Amino acid sequence: MTESAEELGQQDLQKEYRELLTFFLAGEEYGVDILRVQEIKGWDSVTNIPNTPEYIRGVINIRGSIVPIIDMRLRFNLEKKDYDATTVVIVLNVLREGKADRTMGVVVDAVSDVYNIPVDDVKASPDFGTAVDTEFVTGLATIDEKMIIVLDIDHMLNAAELAVIDQMAD
Amino acid sequence: MPIDLEQFHETFFEESFEGLDIMESGLLELEQGEVDLENINTIFRSAHSIKGGSGTFGFTAVADFTHDMETLLDEMRNGERQVTESIVETLLGCVDVLRNMLTAIKDGVEIDTDSVSQLTSALKAHLGQQIETTATNKGADTKESPTKGWVVSFKPEVDIMKTGNDTVRLLRELNSLAEEVQVSVNNDALPSLSEIVPENCYQSWEINLIGGDVSEDDIRDVFAWVDDECELNIVALADEAEYLGPERRDEERRESEPERRTAERRSKSSKPTESSSIRVNISKVDELINMVGELVITQSMLSQFGEDDDFTEMHVERLKDGLAQLESHTRELQESVMRIRMMPISFAFQRFPRLVHDLSSQFDKKIELVMTGETTELDKTVLEKIGDPLVHLVRNSLDHGIESPEKRIEVGKSETGVIELSAFHQGGNIVIQIKDDGAGLNKSKILEKARQNGLVTNDERLSDEQIYDLIFRPGFSTADVVSDVSGRGVGMDVVRRNIRELGGAVEVSSTPGEGSVFTIRLPLTLAILDGQLVGIGNETYILPVISIIESLQVKPENINAVAGNAEVYRLRDEYIPVVRLYQIFGIEPISTELESGLLVVVEAEGKKIAIYVDELLGQQQVVIKSLETNFKKIEGLSGATILGDGTVALIIDIAGLIELYQKDIAGVATPVKGGGIAA
Repeated sequence: MTESAEELGQQDLQKEYRELLTFFLAGEEYGVDILRVQEIKGWDSVTNIPNTPEYIRGVINIRGSIVPIIDMRLRFNLEKKDYDATTVVIVLNVLREGKADRTMGVVVDAVSDVYNIPVDDVKASPDFGTAVDTEFVTGLATIDEKMIIVLDIDHMLNAAELAVIDQMAD
Repeated sequence: MPIDLEQFHETFFEESFEGLDIMESGLLELEQGEVDLENINTIFRSAHSIKGGSGTFGFTAVADFTHDMETLLDEMRNGERQVTESIVETLLGCVDVLRNMLTAIKDGVEIDTDSVSQLTSALKAHLGQQIETTATNKGADTKESPTKGWVVSFKPEVDIMKTGNDTVRLLRELNSLAEEVQVSVNNDALPSLSEIVPENCYQSWEINLIGGDVSEDDIRDVFAWVDDECELNIVALADEAEYLGPERRDEERRESEPERRTAERRSKSSKPTESSSIRVNISKVDELINMVGELVITQSMLSQFGEDDDFTEMHVERLKDGLAQLESHTRELQESVMRIRMMPISFAFQRFPRLVHDLSSQFDKKIELVMTGETTELDKTVLEKIGDPLVHLVRNSLDHGIESPEKRIEVGKSETGVIELSAFHQGGNIVIQIKDDGAGLNKSKILEKARQNGLVTNDERLSDEQIYDLIFRPGFSTADVVSDVSGRGVGMDVVRRNIRELGGAVEVSSTPGEGSVFTIRLPLTLAILDGQLVGIGNETYILPVISIIESLQVKPENINAVAGNAEVYRLRDEYIPVVRLYQIFGIEPISTELESGLLVVVEAEGKKIAIYVDELLGQQQVVIKSLETNFKKIEGLSGATILGDGTVALIIDIAGLIELYQKDIAGVATPVKGGGIAA
């Protein structure tokens, strides 16, 4: 066994790790649990759905499934930005009550990296300082002096759907 | 290595629920006074297999409970007990309790022990009575009290071993019961050595069990798994004189055998209504395999063209033929696959005899339920979802449609009301009708209520159909109304909504004094739709072809504006509201001038609208995909589909669109009126 593997083994014994996929949105870096990421696609045209909020861009066909696409900038009332070469759609599996519930895509500025971080290093977020509503934030992690905002996608995407219903009722 | 029994649980539950359904329908037949051995046998067998199964899987509560039921049924089967209404009622109650118990175990929740113990004591009460009556009738011949011994004559069928039973094990088990056991074997049936099949059982036994406080049930339990594969006689030692010998049993057996077979066949055609698995008739599978065979032939024929280097004009002809064949095979294959999902509507119907039975006693009415077209096949998903609306409509007919017996006699009808439940095909639809011969809908009362609730203005004139249709409107009050089922808090609007979610429609017609008919129309399948592609701006939408009446170019002189905002189009002698889809869906259109586009006249639930679209793009069959799987239901849309180029197109739900339009008009202009839509 090599030294590094031994080290890793020791690390594993001490701490529980979790892998995050991170992406950029209006200059900040956000992370989601990588196990929830089904795939990453380039931006392609979508079919609009009438009478839905602007942040629901529409639906696309992913191998026979109809998958809704949500623009994260619009969802969090950030400044609008034209889609460009780095714009991607991250297709996520959303759970509800612990069960696989639905597949949704989110449009983000660019994907960044994959990090393996100890679960304990994700600190509870303060009530301010991020553009995203703290309600949807699991916590903050620091990697190489950078702050990564870890998102609770289950809550966020189910809430996104609820917001549609609210709007329709108005 | 222990076998993991859990893998069989699902099958056990499925079969048990199936068994309970069989018991229920059997008991209902009994109640109607048709006491026949076959029927009781069927009920007994169902109870027995539930008991056996639950015992095996360790659901002792179920096994114990069923055991008492079984004892009672066994006595009925042996003719030792008269079938009375109260026994049937108790047994029906037991079926309910068993169903609850099994559901509770399946869902992993606590069993409601109160109802269980309540019915157990009811059963015991019946059984207790039996002891008294037999004590007076037959003297010492009681089943429950121990005798000094038993004579058991056990004659297994020849192939008993092939079902995994071992006669030695049975004998050993008997041996453990009593203090003294004498066994004599009868080898008469044993063929000569050269003819013996080692897997067959040729012997029969006579076993004397003496002492040890053994009850007959103890002995029967030993044979519980083989009692339909052997002849078994158990006689108490004391009254061996009454032992009639195997001849009588033989006769009985011969009589009941064919009946038993028919009963089995019946039970096989019956399947549970809601399960994730599906049992498919083998002929449907064969058909499918044939189709795939054809497809493979066509494919190999077509692939030859790819191999040929010199492609001539002659090849083009053959290629065209091949492609045409491919198309027809694909379509047939598609239809065959769809047929696999089709199940007879009897699964939805089978609960109604019980429901009508319970409700008619609850409401003190005499009702005859007539069911026709139970074999009509319906998509499984539709079938599962149509149950609740149907129950609601039948309850409604029973509660409000059929009059009380006194009232019926008063108006010169027969005392017994008739509810007819029928299903049949009509066009590309399945039609289900619930017809009663009651008083009919009360027009003035409906109108009065609708006016009270502001659904209709006072000076509005409505046709009969429009009045009847009001009962399906949300907001049509839920209390003290002709059309409502008391105490359930679910209105007819929910019925309509549920049916609409299945892509269907529900209508009512009624004749005062003669009754009402509720007609439900459902699509054959939820999965495929004939679609008309229409273009609006840059978007493509799909209209169900079945809803389209005609498409036409606009003649400007036929357009009239009503109340400033709403437009109507005069088509022959009708005025049809014009729905500008781009407005309702917020799309940038190519043109807003009606003359430059087309009107597609569509109809849903008796209402017509003319949809303004930029262009018609062609017709094709589309596979319906749900928007709800990953998203949510959108008003005015019934789903989405994937077009040939891989893009998604949305399918318009006409009935939903009409509602959206009405809301839209209501929001912009005057309040919506019942007559706002041409009927």
